Amino acid sequence: MTDILVAIFSFSGAIFILLASIGLIRMPDSYLRISVTTKAATLGVGLLLIAAAIHFQDFSITTRVLAIILFILLTAPISGHLIGRASYFSGVKLWKHSIMDDMEGKYNKATQELKSEDVEELKKREKNEKALVKKKPLK
Amino acid sequence: MTLHEFIFYIVIPILSLSVLLIMYRFLKGPSIVDRIIALDLIITTGIGFIGGYSILTNRPSFLDVAMILALIAFLGTVAFSYYIQKRNKK
Repeated sequence: MTDILVAIFSFSGAIFILLASIGLIRMPDSYLRISVTTKAATLGVGLLLIAAAIHFQDFSITTRVLAIILFILLTAPISGHLIGRASYFSGVKLWKHSIMDDMEGKYNKATQELKSEDVEELKKREKNEKALVKKKPLK
Repeated sequence: MTLHEFIFYIVIPILSLSVLLIMYRFLKGPSIVDRIIALDLIITTGIGFIGGYSILTNRPSFLDVAMILALIAFLGTVAFSYYIQKRNKK
């Protein structure tokens, strides 16, 4: 019974890792590739480690496996976020069919500053407001 | 088919194939970011490899290596992204 469970878990884990590697080749864009590595690969490794825990059926090994899975679950999103941030700042282009880019205009490349609002848009709005004030002097 | 044979003939070859596919992206990768992602994924696959191998050889002490490998993968990725960001400042 445990052998069947171990076989199912390890096989599905290996399949998920294979899907992650296929996704790494097929995806058109660095950002989409980051999303592949942080989701499918984490699930695959977790399933393989759970298979090892079921096979040994020992308390100390189960705690070790859970510690590794918790560590991977904690660190994979952080490393994905850091790599995505660094790649956006270093000017890696988005895929041409990407629909939206939330950081567009908020990052000033010359001064390395990141604003929470669109810098160019703010300047335009201020200009418009000044023009309006000049046109209609307050009575 | 015993569990031993199943892991030896099916699980480990699938993992090896995925490492080969990731290696293709590592060698080809258009930007340096793709290479860092591929390296991270190779190390993550290595953790899975160690899990399967510890079942195959019945030695649970290999799982300690997996823990260290997870730590090194995280540290490596953080260091690489830090230095990419630093390099752009010049």
